[in-house]
Amino acid sequence: MVSEDNVITSTVVPTAEADEKLKHFHKHEKAKNVLEKTFAQCFIWIILIVMYIPIMVLIAYSFSSTTNIGTDYGDFTFALYRDLFQNKEIMTALGNTIIIALVSSVISLILGTAGAIGTYYSKRRVREVIENVTQIPVVNAEIVIAMSLTVLFVFVGNYIFAGNSIFSFWTLLIGHVILSLPFVYLSVKPKLQQMDPALYEAALDLGCTQRQALVKAVLPEIMPGIASGFLLSITLSLDDFIVTAFTRGAGLLSGDKTIETLSTLVQAKIKKGPVPPEMRALTTLIFLLVLAIVIGMTIYQNVKAKQKKVRKGRSSEDK
Amino acid sequence: MSSNKKLDAVNPDHVIGAKAIEHHEKVKAKHFFSFKRKYMAIPYALFLLLFVIIPIFIILVYAFTETTDDGNLIFSWSALVSFFTSTDKINVLVVSLFIGVLNTIICLLIGYPVAYLLANKKYNTNTVLVMLFVMPMWINFVLRTGATRDVLSWLGINGGNYPYLATMIGLVYNYLPFTILPLYTTMLKLDRSQLEAAADLGANPFHVFIDSVLPQSVPGIVSAAEMVFMPTMSTYVISDTLSEGKITLFGNIIYLNFSQSQWNEGSFMALIMLILVGISMFLTRNIDKDETRQGGALW
Repeated sequence: MVSEDNVITSTVVPTAEADEKLKHFHKHEKAKNVLEKTFAQCFIWIILIVMYIPIMVLIAYSFSSTTNIGTDYGDFTFALYRDLFQNKEIMTALGNTIIIALVSSVISLILGTAGAIGTYYSKRRVREVIENVTQIPVVNAEIVIAMSLTVLFVFVGNYIFAGNSIFSFWTLLIGHVILSLPFVYLSVKPKLQQMDPALYEAALDLGCTQRQALVKAVLPEIMPGIASGFLLSITLSLDDFIVTAFTRGAGLLSGDKTIETLSTLVQAKIKKGPVPPEMRALTTLIFLLVLAIVIGMTIYQNVKAKQKKVRKGRSSEDK
Repeated sequence: MSSNKKLDAVNPDHVIGAKAIEHHEKVKAKHFFSFKRKYMAIPYALFLLLFVIIPIFIILVYAFTETTDDGNLIFSWSALVSFFTSTDKINVLVVSLFIGVLNTIICLLIGYPVAYLLANKKYNTNTVLVMLFVMPMWINFVLRTGATRDVLSWLGINGGNYPYLATMIGLVYNYLPFTILPLYTTMLKLDRSQLEAAADLGANPFHVFIDSVLPQSVPGIVSAAEMVFMPTMSTYVISDTLSEGKITLFGNIIYLNFSQSQWNEGSFMALIMLILVGISMFLTRNIDKDETRQGGALW
């Protein structure tokens, strides 16, 4: 009996101990995880805050009456915002920038999507050639793209237009399209690869013409790729400086003067002195707009994800 | 006549056969002229040919020619000779390469841990935070550069006194978002079960990182490096603004040569950049970076 008791106690005691140990271990692990997470969050936020210092300083000084940042703050005022909208130079440049971004992105979107679809159904050798050429503007230095295009335009002007300069809105547009075109192609291509290849054939079998099959069966499948390509095009075009500086001519909203976009105008200004005060107000407005878009998009995606979950849950209940 | 009618009446198959053949011919004709899906690539291919291939070809021509007094182009090594005999130009190339490499390394050193932590559900579940990191991309970069310069000179780090420090800070500020985005996209696709398996099999966190996380994230690293290195050498606005003209990068002298209508020298230097691009393409040809580059995680 004694020995049996001993056996029992000897088996029970270690398990209790182990339990205790395990509990302790879990507690320890949890504490460690919390610590790790706090540390990670701190790191992320510190980098983020440092990254935003220049933009935040501009925003803070957009409500000030002083011309130079870093000097006496002066009064809190919205005067710079009023000045911004009355500044014809900046408004023209802003208009130019937006028009060029939209027009070049739409052209890139059409050419790039058609190109991606066409290339996808081409022979392998043709596809490989087109794909390799597509890579060139992606990896190429912007200055080389800009310079080679400019040389081409001068060449064409000299030999085809009898020595007249062809630099205008159109040459600028071509430059921007070349910048963004490969990115539309590269955004659409993976969606085509993910698509069910039988989809198009099925649409044809069900009586669609080829055009209908493309528009009704293929296009919806690759829409996400097209959309991300379009947004990427706009981003690239809005931010471009070098290609714009090389390929622009007179015209558009600038009239007889050389086209100024936001990039070229700001560059000309900051070469001589600090960022113009009105630009601080503009930065604030752009920042708020982008922030609103970002938050809106995140909310939209979350809602969509939730709807998907609900739908999934329902369908599994039905089964 | 009547016999024909009779024949038709007797042998309807015959008529149907003829109609079928006729129809088939029509379809064939239609197919011969009709649209094929692959034709959609023609405008795209033409555009690339006209504005990518031909311009590069013209650059090649200008790099190895010189203009005679009567305006003819003749073959010449003069641009090559003038580049390799000019210590100034070689210096600029070396400095540009150095700054390019340094900027790439710093951006990767900061961007890698940030992307790793952002993509890891254990540390971060907030997608808005990710967007905040890439948001500066949508604020005009010239404007951001100007702001950085103004703030730096406010802090006493102006281009006049510390041209290299100011330029490096400006470059890192500008390219960090472009580094974080491809890295983040790759990190999202990390095979978590492999990492857990490695840990369960006794690998310490350091070895899990070296043997599993790092190899899996190579495409992102390469993609990020490509997005930083060449543009650093080529985008002269940042160095020009932040060093107050004290640092000349390779893109800058191409621009200068070009604006002084020394096309042959300018073209030769553009050719050198093209060769650098070619080398980087060759070195990374086996790594699939397409997906990481489009920023698919964002939209």
